[in-house]
Amino acid sequence: MNPAAKLILQRLLLGILTLLAVSMAIFAAVEFLPGDLAEATLGQEATEETIAAIRRELGLDRPPVERYFVWLGNIVQGELGVSYANGRDIVEIMGGRTENTLFLAAMVAVISVPLAVGLGIVAALYRNSLIDRLINLISLSAISIPEFLIAYLLIVTLARSGLFPSFVVIDDTTTLGSRIYQSILPALALTVVVSAHMMRMTRASLINVLSSAYVEMAHIKGAPKPAVIIVHALPNALAPIINVIAINLAWLVVGVVVVEVIFVYPGLGQLMVDSVGKRDIPVVQACSLFFASVYILLNLAADIGSTLSNPRLRHGR
Amino acid sequence: MSGLINRRGLLKTTSAAALALGAGPFAGSIAQAAPQKGGHFRAAIPGGHTGDSFDPITFSDLFMSVLGAGAIYSRLTEVDADGNVVGGLAESWDASNDARVWTFNLRKGVEFHNGKSLSSADVIASVDHHRGEDSKSPIKQIVDPIEKIESPDDHTVVFTLTGGNADFAFLLFDYHLCIMPEDAIGEGVGTGGYVIESFEPGVRAVAKRNPNYFKGDNRAHFDSIELINMTDASARSNALLSGGVDFIAQADLKTLKRLSAAPGVVINEQPGTKHFMFQMITTQDPYTDNNVRLAMKYAVDRQAMLDKVLVGHGLIGNDQPIGPANRYHDPDIPQRPYDPDKAKFHLKEAGLDSLKVKLATSDGAFAGAVDMAVLYKEAAALAGITVEVDRVPGDGYWSDIWRKRPLCASYSSGRATEDWILSSSYLSGVPWNATQWSNSRFDELLIAARTELDEAKRREMYGEMQRLISDDGGVIAPLFTNHVEAHNDKLAHGQVGTVSEMDSNLLIERWWFA
Repeated sequence: MNPAAKLILQRLLLGILTLLAVSMAIFAAVEFLPGDLAEATLGQEATEETIAAIRRELGLDRPPVERYFVWLGNIVQGELGVSYANGRDIVEIMGGRTENTLFLAAMVAVISVPLAVGLGIVAALYRNSLIDRLINLISLSAISIPEFLIAYLLIVTLARSGLFPSFVVIDDTTTLGSRIYQSILPALALTVVVSAHMMRMTRASLINVLSSAYVEMAHIKGAPKPAVIIVHALPNALAPIINVIAINLAWLVVGVVVVEVIFVYPGLGQLMVDSVGKRDIPVVQACSLFFASVYILLNLAADIGSTLSNPRLRHGR
Repeated sequence: MSGLINRRGLLKTTSAAALALGAGPFAGSIAQAAPQKGGHFRAAIPGGHTGDSFDPITFSDLFMSVLGAGAIYSRLTEVDADGNVVGGLAESWDASNDARVWTFNLRKGVEFHNGKSLSSADVIASVDHHRGEDSKSPIKQIVDPIEKIESPDDHTVVFTLTGGNADFAFLLFDYHLCIMPEDAIGEGVGTGGYVIESFEPGVRAVAKRNPNYFKGDNRAHFDSIELINMTDASARSNALLSGGVDFIAQADLKTLKRLSAAPGVVINEQPGTKHFMFQMITTQDPYTDNNVRLAMKYAVDRQAMLDKVLVGHGLIGNDQPIGPANRYHDPDIPQRPYDPDKAKFHLKEAGLDSLKVKLATSDGAFAGAVDMAVLYKEAAALAGITVEVDRVPGDGYWSDIWRKRPLCASYSSGRATEDWILSSSYLSGVPWNATQWSNSRFDELLIAARTELDEAKRREMYGEMQRLISDDGGVIAPLFTNHVEAHNDKLAHGQVGTVSEMDSNLLIERWWFA
């Protein structure tokens, strides 16, 4: 069997095991949180009878292990189930939100990956020059400012003047153009956060390679500087860069709830936080399975990417 | 109309409402500035959840009470801006002399959004939705005293209560008691001023004017409305400032000065019934001794709390739940001052030199609860009371901390009627009596006041009850909050109701673009 295909198959099977473990961990975690859906929904208004009625109807009075396996049985049959809170189909609840989250992540990726890698190359190329220092200063500042502050700064500068909307209103009928226009501010805020990390990794790993003997050889034989970087050095520096990009992309899908709240962006993060607050276990489980899958797939993609970028791994022994 | 209703001034407006089909119950207040039809109203409000639905049983927060109860559905009665109960889907009503049997006459010719005509069967089905053994309703307490509901004909509904309740017509204004077609309960089909067009729970709702609305020309002025759920207070301010919305609820108090200074921004502030509390469980030591409770009450610097926690946007409370926004608030009860010496005196009476207590608090209970506890700690120290502030997670606060810890921070939204809040939270032995306070004189007065027909006597009874809670009860209630909202200067409105936020939740149908 082709070693790359074998790797992919192996990782996918492991991924399924990981998903199983994640679902168990999340279920247990929500179970350990104080209160359940009945108490979380009714809050101060709770009476013993109403709580008992809700528990009976949703089967929350059954033992947790039994509930987990009922849920697992449904998942295996492709049934995500319905929300405890309002009985809506989870596929329907998550569909639009997933699309929104992936759209925003893609938009940020399109802006930030070329930007970060490009700046990283420039910084490595002109190491210790004024421009390198400037890029470093900006990226270190960006990584140190919390994302919500960046978001508010963008709103104060770009939204108050009416240039861009301060909040996002999108649904099925929104055109692509309007979607992009409305998502610019959240995308910019996230770009600032993720670019710094990727840029610094690009710079560091390039500098590492640039100090090796074969690069010196390339210089000596008279290859132009950009060619040395892009043709000779970059392919060997790619593996760590790809890994960092994958981790950042995964974060863009699973970790942007703060930015979602500030820009009122209807993504998965808010859905999950809201559902944890209400102890809506089926929704929490579905979200976490999706998040875990994103991590697994992006990690897999990163591994395949680094493998392909490395001739030694690409060709096996 | 029975003698009861004639003698009770608050119910008198019913007769006006009965005649109001043409003139509108609000003819008086609206006349000052004639409302205009038209426009697309956009509001940013918090309190929407992904688990929301159009089943009124799930209504638990601002978003759905404004959208569901305030725009899509109607209720049998309505509390007007002056605090009087007037007609909603019921055009008139009549109560027996003991206030036990209530007969409501429904408006004729009212249509649901799906074209079905309103009949008494729909009303019964909608109320029954909250009743019964398997009820999951948060207002089980309101509907439990309903012994039976009958409909002699298609437009009459008769409620028989287990005991008299002179406020019953008020209770029917609760935002859960929406009237729905019997065959489409909880599906978003109502008789309200707006018909839902799109609804994404926890995100956004769009609705357009109902052309057949029974309040016709006097209400529902906007052509269409859009509610956007915004949890973050800064996001709401930004949305208003950037012109993205016309109205925001729950404006951020800390930045309100800056917001109000912006051109074209108008602040709408109303006194509310919502109050913040520290609750002492009166059956647990040391709070079994009323001297300890009084010492704790005298050790509160209320003004400092008002200034710092609410930035002045509230009123000082007097350790009982009936505030100036309520009908029977007794303004003659002297305000309890911050008096460390008096607190020390009461400690001594209790046989103590000093007192050490642990106060559970969390910003998850209400925003500002931790600040309030820290201020209390500072003020109480001067009275010889050491308050240990125990900051606990907001998650699970109502199930694990409230009613369990001997001393904890809590709040109540208050209720439209005195009897409702007192019966649900202060009567001996009821489940929400979080301080487990029990006072036989209070219980006696409370039951008697329910059927007391003499307005002056009733007022006196509620005054005495307020004194009893303030002087003997288990709550330290230093603050009543205001409803603080902001909007652009294009919006206009008549007198604003204070039963709950956003013009008693009816802002969407009561306001208009000038």
